[in-house]
Amino acid sequence: MLTKRIIPCLDVKDGRTVKGVNFVDLRDAGDPVELAWNYSQQGADELVFLDITATVERRKTMVELVKSVARQINIPFTIGGGINEIADADALLNAGADKISINSAAVRNPALIDELAKAFGVQFVVIAVDTRVMGNKNIVHLNGGRLPTEKETLNWILEAESRGAGEILLTSMDHDGTKAGFDNGLLKLVNDSVNIPVIASGGAGSVQHFVDVFKQTNVDAALAASVFHYGEILIPDLKKVLKQNNIEVRV
Amino acid sequence: MIGIIRYGAGNIFSLTATLERLGIAYGMINSEADFEQYDRYIIPGVGHAGAAMHKLEKTGLVPAIKTLNKPTLGICVGMQLLTSYSEEGASDLLNIFPVKTLKFPKSSTSKVPHTGWNQVFAEKENPLFENIPAGSHFYFVHSYFIEYDPLYTLSSTSYINKFSASIWHDNFYGVQFHPEKSGVHGETLLKNFSKI
Repeated sequence: MLTKRIIPCLDVKDGRTVKGVNFVDLRDAGDPVELAWNYSQQGADELVFLDITATVERRKTMVELVKSVARQINIPFTIGGGINEIADADALLNAGADKISINSAAVRNPALIDELAKAFGVQFVVIAVDTRVMGNKNIVHLNGGRLPTEKETLNWILEAESRGAGEILLTSMDHDGTKAGFDNGLLKLVNDSVNIPVIASGGAGSVQHFVDVFKQTNVDAALAASVFHYGEILIPDLKKVLKQNNIEVRV
Repeated sequence: MIGIIRYGAGNIFSLTATLERLGIAYGMINSEADFEQYDRYIIPGVGHAGAAMHKLEKTGLVPAIKTLNKPTLGICVGMQLLTSYSEEGASDLLNIFPVKTLKFPKSSTSKVPHTGWNQVFAEKENPLFENIPAGSHFYFVHSYFIEYDPLYTLSSTSYINKFSASIWHDNFYGVQFHPEKSGVHGETLLKNFSKI
């Protein structure tokens, strides 16, 4: 059977891994390539690198990082952050990235999804969506959750799918950093509405949260950062518990 | 030494990086004269099968590929090119294997593309799968699959329906999954191919 995927996420700035609590306070959690290799050895199914570098050198730095990762690890990985045009995506693909994740650039220019899917195939295009509840609606946010848009989250995800998104990475900004569990209500709604894989993100604090998200929403993958980086959850232990709960995993 | 057939369909950085990590020597095939320098070949490929076939035809290497008699491994779309036809772009392909590449049917319970780690079961004895336990997980990303055929299917995987995770006929092999992204089992498969 196709297994549920466990995905550590590495936030990278200037070539180093960082993770913000609620995306604000950044703490150094190590060398991204070394971390990536460790995760691949532990049994991570995939990795996501989110580049939050803001300098003009960013593309060059990122391409070098992607090449080092591709040389040293034997599982797939996605690169996100600051991808605004076909040329950015092309450089990352040629450096060994399996997928790219786009967020703000797709919201600002939805046709970019069509262009990327046409140029590289839908399997290469992950649309990352940061969502936050405003009033009683889930609204797409930009800039790490600080800037609300006009877009309602489910509508935007359906539009992204119809334009050629191959996968959705959905982060609840209300849950992110809280370690209180994933936003299972929204994740189930989204997962039931689309025919492409959904990655749950935001709120993982315990092994039980992973059991809950797979049991309650049937999403394809769950992503987390700090619980893995600081060793609070070890991937082999997590997978053992998932398996005990009859959730298919690769061990 | 493995010759990788270059025709511009997708990036091969991950593949060559993996071969280097495993200490498997390789070089590039850009013209017909290059074939004789190598004792086995890989046809890589990602993206659209019809577009990939078009690019391969433009290299002029198609007649030489059809007559290869050394071990040849197609990966992902490179495997699909070995079949007779793909529903992707309604394209005629190399027809080394008289089987078809079909689109996954719509399913209310299974998403397309088939993305992630799924189990592969060898259906025949073959050195390609030596030291790889039955039911090992490999990494797949694809919307089109090669139909199951008892004659040509070397290993199978089930997703929506049972399909060919790998095919084998004489010196030709194809794998739908990405061995270069499939952890230790993928590495074992590439090592096995380098010794076939």
